[in-house]
Amino acid sequence: MSMANAIDCSAFIWHVGPGRARMDIAIDGIRCAGCATAIERGLSSEPGISIARVNFALKRVTVEWDEAKLAGAQILQRLKDIGYQGYPFASGAADGNEARASAYLLRCLGVAAFGAMNIMLLSVSVWSGNVSDITTETRDLFHWLSALIALPVAAYSGRPFFDSALAALRNRSVNMDVPITLGIVLALGMSVVQTMQHAEHAYFDSAVMLIFFLLIGRLLDQMMRKRARDMAANVAALRAETATLIREDGSTAVLPVRAVNPGDRVLVLPGEKISVDGRIISGRSHIDQSLVTGEIAHLPAAAGAKVYGGTINIDGALTIEVTASHEGTLLDEVEALLSQATAARSKYVLLADRAARLYAPFVHATALATFTGWMLAGESWAHALVIAITVLIITCPCALGLAIPAVQITAAGALFRSGVLLRNGDAIERLAQADTIVFDKTGTLTLPQAEWLNPADASAEICEAAGRLAMSSRHPLAQALAHALNSRNPYDNVEEVPGSGVRVMHDGVEMTLGSAEFCAANDQISKAQLLYPGASFVAFRKGADIAVFALGQKLRADAVAVVEALKARGLRIEILSGDCDEAVAPIARELSVSDYLSSVTPASKIARLEILRQQGRKTLMVGDGLNDAPALAAAHVSMSPVSAAHLSQTAADALFLGENLGPVVEAIDIARQGHRLMVQNLWFAVLYNFVAVPLAIAGLATPLIAAIAMSSSSMVVTLNALRARNRSAT
Amino acid sequence: MNIIIILLPLALMLGFAGLAAFLWSLNTGQFEDLEGAGWRVLSDDDLQPPRSPSVPARKDTAP
Repeated sequence: MSMANAIDCSAFIWHVGPGRARMDIAIDGIRCAGCATAIERGLSSEPGISIARVNFALKRVTVEWDEAKLAGAQILQRLKDIGYQGYPFASGAADGNEARASAYLLRCLGVAAFGAMNIMLLSVSVWSGNVSDITTETRDLFHWLSALIALPVAAYSGRPFFDSALAALRNRSVNMDVPITLGIVLALGMSVVQTMQHAEHAYFDSAVMLIFFLLIGRLLDQMMRKRARDMAANVAALRAETATLIREDGSTAVLPVRAVNPGDRVLVLPGEKISVDGRIISGRSHIDQSLVTGEIAHLPAAAGAKVYGGTINIDGALTIEVTASHEGTLLDEVEALLSQATAARSKYVLLADRAARLYAPFVHATALATFTGWMLAGESWAHALVIAITVLIITCPCALGLAIPAVQITAAGALFRSGVLLRNGDAIERLAQADTIVFDKTGTLTLPQAEWLNPADASAEICEAAGRLAMSSRHPLAQALAHALNSRNPYDNVEEVPGSGVRVMHDGVEMTLGSAEFCAANDQISKAQLLYPGASFVAFRKGADIAVFALGQKLRADAVAVVEALKARGLRIEILSGDCDEAVAPIARELSVSDYLSSVTPASKIARLEILRQQGRKTLMVGDGLNDAPALAAAHVSMSPVSAAHLSQTAADALFLGENLGPVVEAIDIARQGHRLMVQNLWFAVLYNFVAVPLAIAGLATPLIAAIAMSSSSMVVTLNALRARNRSAT
Repeated sequence: MNIIIILLPLALMLGFAGLAAFLWSLNTGQFEDLEGAGWRVLSDDDLQPPRSPSVPARKDTAP
């Protein structure tokens, strides 16, 4: 990479001191300790770089260097020399907020752990003293010491719950944190009163332990969200889309797309991918929209026309005014559909929320019934109140709070290992419910780039010559051909004829590669069109020899096996494609899928999903194009390949990596297992209440029993969740 | 029972020491990359790569 077209990274650099710059770089392909060592060593041996530290969990490296000695682009170049492709990474404000939220919860957890341990030390002494010879004075001292620790600890560590409960009450609604807060406050208040009356039992340890276990659940949930966000941000950076910005003075600079603003002008050369949405100001070309709309035909475009990120500029240079960079305006229709679909989706109620809705009234009703019951039985109101409060304490949802986040985070780890990145933690339970899978064709069932379809038709010698010539063309089809032929060593002195093809004289023979007219190969191409309907053709002529290369979409290598595996799991398969019938039918036949629709618009994709929904089906939509985005948002759950259009990735619940469809099957398996474990955990929490609540109602729940019940139920639920790591477990 | 006058503050101080250590490790960013530490154990960056005899076997002193 020469300095002339090196990426300008200034938008991603921040200054940490005089002349000192720092940049985060997302790196593709960190797999092991060796990679990290190579990167850290390779970078820090460069004069000027003072710190290079790889973060494994995030697959990023943070570099700090002397600005006088190095430019940002040189660091990326250095990384490339070591053998890693790095992409400057903008840590947005949202990242900082997530990181702060995690650190805050961790601090609360640390304080709660400190409190729980020290209070337990005092409590165990009291419990063993109660069955032997502790004096009332010593017990009171221990209780007061416990209060001294518990009150400030609860005030600090309980904040996440108190804040959330207050916010809910202010909105005149009730969430899970309301009964939790009530339980904690009543437990502490009652214990202080009990201590003043020199009572035998105080529940300081229960209150703090409750906070401790609930915080673990809360932290797991937060980690899950942070991880999903980090992964999505990395994917965005790894897309490495750049745009050539035309400055006021006419000079150009290559910028990462995230640094381009609406109103800027960018230059797109023939054969380049258009990375922004915008309007053409000057130039005339054809545009390949297949990755966006699924349509294969190339559309003519001239000044005034709108263009969309993700499309490919075929044959003319274009100047584009940016209307929105990586997010914002779109095909109006897609945008309107998308917002409708997103609103419809939010009706789904998560398992945890459904449990919480049942839980709060149950707990409060039981506590109230206990209180009135004991009053009617002739107990003093003070004693009846104490028993009612122990019911509140013992039913506090430790196990319930851990049941779902613990499974989510272990299942997300298992998914990540099989190449699936979750964008939504709750996607696991929706994925597990899917009974119908709707696939898009272009870019989802097929590979996103054009593949060579007729390798049997040309001799090795012809292939070599054609490939070497194709390397000199900027036309996307020629580039796809050169890639498919594994070509090396382009010819010298190749002449490019715009709109037609490339020509070269080699060893006294003229060779041409390009359109049918250019190579005088009309007959051969019309013959090939019959054999390969829907394909695009590149003609090649060497002297009198003519060859026709058919390029088109090829199924992903494991598509047939994946569809079979999904059918074996009882899932119904459908194909919805924006492409024409001639292109969809053979693919459906090859996959033995009988339900397919072709030439489908984004609106009719949603309509189809709606019909499926009314039939009571839960649909998993797998798609990648911009035209799939509304359908991805409308479906019960959705997945996109990592090569998908940006907007589709944002609408999808999960992304899968690599060239294969296999991760879709894995995702279904892992999600189903995870869902099973979540339901098991919830039933366990119910069972726990069946045992513990009668004890509490009978007034037998001492602090010792509360402590044992809470910690053992939390342990069981967590250990059960860990089984999601292991694929063979059921 | 006078022993508790010493034991209780001792226990509390140990607890506080643990809490302080945790907060310190949190603030120094040791929880930011939980996978890295495990991998770094396996890397041999404390061993010297073979070098020519003229170069003293010392760690890089790049600025």
